[in-house]
Amino acid sequence: MGKPDAELDKERRAFIKKVLNGAIAGSLLLVIPMPIGAATEEIPEQIPGIRGKKWDMSHQRFAFIVDITRCIGCGSCCVADRREFNVPDGYYRTWVERYLKDFESEVYVDSPHGGFDGYQSPRTDVEVEVRDTFFVPKLCNMCKEPPCVQVCPVGATFKTPDGFILVDPKRCVGCAYCIQACPYSARYLDPVTRTAEKCTWCYHRVRKGLLPACVNVCPTGARKFGDLNDKNSEVYKLLHEHEVLTVLKKDMGTYPALYYKGLRREVV
Amino acid sequence: MDALNFVFPNDLHVHWSMMIVLYPYLTGLVDGSFIVAALYYVFGVKSLKPISRFSLVFALAFLSCAMFPLLMHLGRPERNHNMMITPSPTSAMSGAGFIFTVAIVLIGLIVLLVYRPTLVKLRLKTKGIMNILYRVLTMDSTNLSPESLELDRKIIKFLVAIGIPVATVLHGYVGFLFGGVKANPSWSTPLMPVIFLFSACVSGISALVLAYIVIKKLSNQPVDLGCVRTCINILAGFFILAFSFEMLEVFSHSYLRTWYHHAVEGLLNGPLFYSFWVWQVGICSLLPLLLLGWLCLFKLKASMFKFFAAAVSIMLLLQVLLMRWNVVIGGQLMSKSTRGYTQFHPEWFDKEGIITVIVLMSLPFIVLFIMSKIFPLWLEEEKAPS
Repeated sequence: MGKPDAELDKERRAFIKKVLNGAIAGSLLLVIPMPIGAATEEIPEQIPGIRGKKWDMSHQRFAFIVDITRCIGCGSCCVADRREFNVPDGYYRTWVERYLKDFESEVYVDSPHGGFDGYQSPRTDVEVEVRDTFFVPKLCNMCKEPPCVQVCPVGATFKTPDGFILVDPKRCVGCAYCIQACPYSARYLDPVTRTAEKCTWCYHRVRKGLLPACVNVCPTGARKFGDLNDKNSEVYKLLHEHEVLTVLKKDMGTYPALYYKGLRREVV
Repeated sequence: MDALNFVFPNDLHVHWSMMIVLYPYLTGLVDGSFIVAALYYVFGVKSLKPISRFSLVFALAFLSCAMFPLLMHLGRPERNHNMMITPSPTSAMSGAGFIFTVAIVLIGLIVLLVYRPTLVKLRLKTKGIMNILYRVLTMDSTNLSPESLELDRKIIKFLVAIGIPVATVLHGYVGFLFGGVKANPSWSTPLMPVIFLFSACVSGISALVLAYIVIKKLSNQPVDLGCVRTCINILAGFFILAFSFEMLEVFSHSYLRTWYHHAVEGLLNGPLFYSFWVWQVGICSLLPLLLLGWLCLFKLKASMFKFFAAAVSIMLLLQVLLMRWNVVIGGQLMSKSTRGYTQFHPEWFDKEGIITVIVLMSLPFIVLFIMSKIFPLWLEEEKAPS
């Protein structure tokens, strides 16, 4: 009976060795940093023509399209946004509005917590027969003539050559003039940094060939993003088809790069 | 009704609160009092002589405190110098620092020149620190020859003449800060700078009249009735202009009945009904208008005249403050969704709260008191001891 015991011991030792090796290797993997880029390389490129190309900011012309007919008001985009940017409570880079229309054509709009929790149950404070209901996601319009950039007294809000409107938090004085000037109320004053903040269309992701976080998680494809200079992109196709596309507050003369498909006239 | 109220999630906060009400109010007081000085020094309205010097010191005291509300308002006040060193020429706000600097240097210079003979006399009378101070303020010159005084007079006239457009820009520009915001339908009107400018004149002249009567009463000195009468006449003129433009703005839009009107109508008749229609237009505009008419057109007893002149001034000071409040805070109550209104609750112990307002409103008076110890406010005071 001694021999099998010895064999068993050997197997035990081998087993313990393997476990130890595995544990050490695993710990080392956690400790030793991975080469930069390896992580992003693993995620397949979502916007073609950015990775591995020479850095040229004026090469792309980005557009964002929100398809109202597809939005189900799940709030995933708001969750993704909040996680991506650690947005403080009560402030919104993006939000989803819920529209109700009754048979008298009265419009009821709400957006509790910016739609973050998803619209899981009907409104309880409206006791009318609902004729129609739809959701409208909102975010920065990335205007071609941005009033926020115009009014910034220190040039902290600026327009990049590829059409993004960004805020330099190291330069912003927190005067909130840009917040007053934005017709879409897409800006807020961050209570922690005390500087202006807003949706960036996830510039940091886009420049790595990744879609904005909200576009990435949208389960129905209601949020679309792409390069208008790429004729194969969905946004290019949508903008050149016979679709009804419109922008918010056209009369403001801001020329947004955010388009809405199937937008109703009730939406402001 | 509540179910219909929809405010954009980021519009729940009123970003420009009481500090931004205070800023145009303070610069307005500066503008108005400077107008009185200009009327005397440039346009030769002799009856304003008793308050001509006071108006300048008053303007300087208030201007020296005008930037504090803005600094309190900024999220990052330590970066305020960026507005001067990295100005963005497209921004209306980027001129603030420059216009303010020009105005304070100009008014400071005018005060020094106007007071030069007085300061020279005081320099010769005083000793110690005050003597050093007067030597600095007179730039160590004791030359009071008729030629040098004549030169002073010419320079003062020239500087005050330049001061008129500077004061106009200082305040018209504040109006433009609001008038240039197209996203807010209650602000974006070319009339905004004009309304701000005339209401500034109203508040400044009212403040001068009130301060003059109160200080003279408290120090048991006679009030120059001719001077107060002239002020009240000018005040009536400016107030008719200011109130007409304020009402023109509302009525022309309510007649045009564009989208603009429909957006603003709900605001004025809803959340702003009491502060705009009842207080600003009713109690603080129509009533003073009647009183001003009475004061200007009828001969009243001196005591009655002084009492009602002070009363009208208080009402008009309140009118202008309400106008600033209704424009700045009222304008932000309406969400850019144009479907609803948010609320504003002033707090006591906030960075921009009521305590801060009280402190910042007291500051110019403290500065004025200190300045009065250096620059004698009244000509009589100067004559009495000598």
